[in-house]
Amino acid sequence: MNTLTPSEYLPEKTSDTTRLTRHFRAEKFDFWSFFFSGLTGLATLFILGILATILLNIIVNGWSAISWHFVSTIPKKDFFDANTTGVLPMIVGTSFRVIVMTIFVIPVGVITAIYLTEYAANTSIITRIIRAAVNNLAGVPSIVFGLFGLGFFINFIGKNMDALLHNPTAVWGQPALIWASLTLAVMTLPVVIVATEESLKAIPPGLREASLALGATKLETILKIVLPQALPGIMTGGILAVSRAAGEVAPILFTGVAYYMASLPAHLSDQFMDLGYHIFVLSTQSPNIEQTRPILYATVLVLLMLTFALNIVAILIRARVRKKLRALG
Amino acid sequence: MAETLIAPTAATNPANAAASLIEIENLSLYYGATKALKNISVKLEEKLVTAFIGPSGCGKSTLLRCLNRMNDLIDNVRIEGLMKIGGHDIYAADVDVIELRKRVGMVFQKSNPFPKSIYENVAYGLRLHGVKNKSDLDARIEQSLQQSALWDEVKDRLHSSALGLSGGQQQRLCIARAIAIKPEIILMDEPASALDPIATTRVEDLILDLKKEFTIVIVTHNMQQAARISDQTAFFYLGELIEFGATGKIFTNPAQKRTEDYVSGRFG
Repeated sequence: MNTLTPSEYLPEKTSDTTRLTRHFRAEKFDFWSFFFSGLTGLATLFILGILATILLNIIVNGWSAISWHFVSTIPKKDFFDANTTGVLPMIVGTSFRVIVMTIFVIPVGVITAIYLTEYAANTSIITRIIRAAVNNLAGVPSIVFGLFGLGFFINFIGKNMDALLHNPTAVWGQPALIWASLTLAVMTLPVVIVATEESLKAIPPGLREASLALGATKLETILKIVLPQALPGIMTGGILAVSRAAGEVAPILFTGVAYYMASLPAHLSDQFMDLGYHIFVLSTQSPNIEQTRPILYATVLVLLMLTFALNIVAILIRARVRKKLRALG
Repeated sequence: MAETLIAPTAATNPANAAASLIEIENLSLYYGATKALKNISVKLEEKLVTAFIGPSGCGKSTLLRCLNRMNDLIDNVRIEGLMKIGGHDIYAADVDVIELRKRVGMVFQKSNPFPKSIYENVAYGLRLHGVKNKSDLDARIEQSLQQSALWDEVKDRLHSSALGLSGGQQQRLCIARAIAIKPEIILMDEPASALDPIATTRVEDLILDLKKEFTIVIVTHNMQQAARISDQTAFFYLGELIEFGATGKIFTNPAQKRTEDYVSGRFG
């Protein structure tokens, strides 16, 4: 084969260098590009503005009413009066129901996601039905979950437990912390399932093959290789579930929340007071609106801070897990 | 059953001296309705390196993955015919797949170390198969890393992440991980295709070294590689085994026209 000389494979030299540079210069002002970038920026600002307005309003109006007395007192008489009220039972109740919910929703959600991604045949009709059910579950209004909790957990499971345990009085067949938590767990199940599925799918199939080729069983592969890798994703699901559940009131209305209790909940069959529900009570039941308003703002602020704190704790734990995985695993 | 799966080989059982370690008889494999392997019959001997060559999609990797039943993981795969290792049909109903995979190890095209420490990567298979004692683990891990020519490079950082190793080191770690559980056969699916030339040379040297102890079946796209490291070569085309024989013969004096065209680079 002949060898090419440089003149044959190099492009022709052009004396007119300005021709090239002119080619890259924008001809005129691009109105539509400017318009759309401006529009997206405005939309972002609008959302940030709404968030900032809400937060500022709550902080400015609520901060002055928050005191150690306010967050550490169990109200004994009038909880519409700023001098005698406190939100300790509401803080405890909301925290408990979120924690108990997490204990139930994480294992069930993770196991479901493992079934869907690792075991179920992707194309089978059963898998499709389960996936459709999970997606529909995410779209059900929360008040419907409340009614479901009342009908299924309290009237069916609770009443039957009472009958089986020969309790003369209703112990389980009435609204309780456990039933409210379980109702919330059912409600947040799709969040955990979807987050876990996503993190399981993100694990390279090569890792599963490597483990199986070494003679590991499927279960060993899932427990020792897949799940440790998926842990941060699973925790993200948990964080989303907690964020959603902490502020929900409708699902616990019929299943466990109390208007007033003189003591803290001590047992899973106890009723509890709740920050979100208490906000509803303060804003609709007060005999003296002006007097109650600062407490109302303060209670909202406490709920926001509690949700924030629960999130921060979970995010910190996740960051530690990620760091450990990255370092060693 | 599990204990005797591979034991009576030609070397250990003189009465059975005629039998090859791996015997494939009239094996066909279907993905759904597509016939991906067509009536393959071949016998592979112990302690030799056998190369599977052929153009993409010819079924060589599929056949390799039949040998440790990795195709079981894929839906809609159906296998006909007989595949015997050490005289036992590995697709018989009573075969313990775990035991089979312990004895037939595998190294993949893309190095896939676990996101764990170097030590834990090699320890993983050992622990699965019951090595618990710390000093036993240490000894076996050192031995495997020595054997895969990785020990000198990693001995000071056994407990740091395997993902910090270079591509070639990762692949040798995968080989160390496979040989740690002392398989009899090692399957390699294009083990050097993602490596640079120097790392490739090291992996090839390693394969020649491992041949003393293991039976190796390697799939490769690189014909020079097949010529350099293998004793026997099988050429596949469109799911059929076109020619099988000593590597020297396949590359210098093939019996089939298609083989000659392929090894001389005329197609593929």
